[in-house]
Amino acid sequence: MRVLVLLAALVAVATSTETFVGHQVLRIVPTTHEELQKVQELQDLEDLQLDFWQGPRGPGHPVDVRVPFPSLQPLKAHLESNGISYSIMIEDVQALVDREKREMLRSRHRLPLSTNTFSYDSYHTLDEIYAFIDLLVAENPNLVSKLEIGRSTEDRPLYVLKFSKGGTNRPAIWIDTGIHSREWVTQASGIWFAKKIVSDHENDEVLASVLDELDIFLEIVTNPDGFAFTHTQNRLWRKTRSRHSSSSCIGVDPNRNWDAGFGGSGSSSNPCSETYHGPYANSEPEVRAIVDFVKNHGNIKAFISIHSYSQLLLYPYGYTSDPAPDHQELHQISQQAVAALSSLYGTDFEYGSIYTTIYPASGSTVDWTYNQGIKYSFTFELRDTGRYGFLLPAAQIVPTAQETWLALRVIIQYTQDHPY
Amino acid sequence: PPSSFRLRRAAVLAAGLIRYRRGGPGRGPVLRDVRRGRGPDIDDAGHKYHLEFVLEDLNDKDSAVNCTAEVLYHLGNRNTPPDVQFTIEGELKSSDEADHRFYNQIKSLKEELVAENIPDSHGNVPPALVPIRLLAWAAAGYVIWQNSTEDTELHLAQIKRVKQVKRSDEYLEFDYVILLHDVVSQDVIPWRITVLWHPQHGVQVTR
Repeated sequence: MRVLVLLAALVAVATSTETFVGHQVLRIVPTTHEELQKVQELQDLEDLQLDFWQGPRGPGHPVDVRVPFPSLQPLKAHLESNGISYSIMIEDVQALVDREKREMLRSRHRLPLSTNTFSYDSYHTLDEIYAFIDLLVAENPNLVSKLEIGRSTEDRPLYVLKFSKGGTNRPAIWIDTGIHSREWVTQASGIWFAKKIVSDHENDEVLASVLDELDIFLEIVTNPDGFAFTHTQNRLWRKTRSRHSSSSCIGVDPNRNWDAGFGGSGSSSNPCSETYHGPYANSEPEVRAIVDFVKNHGNIKAFISIHSYSQLLLYPYGYTSDPAPDHQELHQISQQAVAALSSLYGTDFEYGSIYTTIYPASGSTVDWTYNQGIKYSFTFELRDTGRYGFLLPAAQIVPTAQETWLALRVIIQYTQDHPY
Repeated sequence: PPSSFRLRRAAVLAAGLIRYRRGGPGRGPVLRDVRRGRGPDIDDAGHKYHLEFVLEDLNDKDSAVNCTAEVLYHLGNRNTPPDVQFTIEGELKSSDEADHRFYNQIKSLKEELVAENIPDSHGNVPPALVPIRLLAWAAAGYVIWQNSTEDTELHLAQIKRVKQVKRSDEYLEFDYVILLHDVVSQDVIPWRITVLWHPQHGVQVTR
């Protein structure tokens, strides 16, 4: 809470002239008296213009200091050469200040009272999405239920929506969005898919027929820690927010953490890499939760994991150039799905195996699900192809979701028509 | 048949260079799709790709032009940027009006222009900042060209900061911090660049 008070003070200053662009807040923990003294000496170096939020008190007590951009390199070098450990508490003070300013200026937030007044054409926060989920369930208790399949590293609930007309352990379709948190059009599309299923489950004959026999599971925010981080600190954060080593780098690539060719080329053993596979397969609770769910369910027949960007429809394998045994069938389904997608707005998609279409990738989601026997395993990369990339304008959310849904519908229908 | 991703990477690189040479605040040529391609042809010099692709303007979907390019990735000396020879069939749309409007607007500003996060988190670019973004995009084409290999596919993810630097001569000067995203490694790489521009003289990047 002290952080908020200090931030408010910063905001007051910032509304005048001072800027905190590039400033970081470091947390330094001196463990010995020698280290403590070195940290105390820093207080005398006026040129560094350090702003101690929490001053040195004793060994083992954290010291929080705001560091102006020009002093970052020298200070970090000084700490590292003296073996004093630190972590980055706030990566960009100005970004946080700006956000606080906006929050304070914004008029009282009105949450939508129903999923009919929810704005599908804008991006939402985690709280707003979780509120949407509860609304959707409340409005459609006979069709939709919410499952908590686990908790994230930072203890956020992992929610899955179940669309079911009854039965017990029916064969099922799984769809997930947002496993990479910066791919915002995917979580936004997931919200739209949820509403679409509810709206169309009786009047769309394909969907009605599917739901007579199969269930649909949809995890909209598959990486909630990363997603929260993209709202508060770094819009381009991809990974989870776990800490596994003494490295100051955080996060594991959840799409390299699965037990299929784990640790192979096409993933990195460097914790600072965007494709860091993690210390071992399923180390990430976000991944583990899905693994456990899939194994316990035992009757999932299609698994679709949604990413952005690049406009691709991909099937296994990523960890080897060997074609998957069912590659011809998967290729044919992809062809139909892409044709349906393109029919709406002319959006071009390429398709093929992960390895030959995008790049070698080991430990990826659909390689594991495929090897578990879920034959119809696909990965989508949605719009665009690089003009906006991850920062896809909100106006493109609904068109993207609409065209993607046509492809999903093809896959879902095919799954129903080809039981195995 | 050639791997589709290799052709795509070469086309992205070629489009980046074309954007540097022909783009600016009033014009943003971007890759629409790859029509045909062949490669890599491997010889002592390196890996060569032959491409036919279509460019369109970011803000004008009806502006498609066909292009051909030869892209040579040097193998011996990895510090040498790829050779790109390109031909544009026909004309890119004229940007004279937009260029001059932007030029006069900036020249008449009382204080240096400063802006951040373009596009913002929601993909928005305020209309007034569209030329600033297109200029960065053209300049980024230079950085992308200079730093591309067969194992990268670089795109401009975001302009973190832009600050105008007032000059006494006829040029406009901007300091940008841009973020490049490499689709292959998934890295986001910050670059600080200084960009000079003039309606007649085009874009220049001085590191």
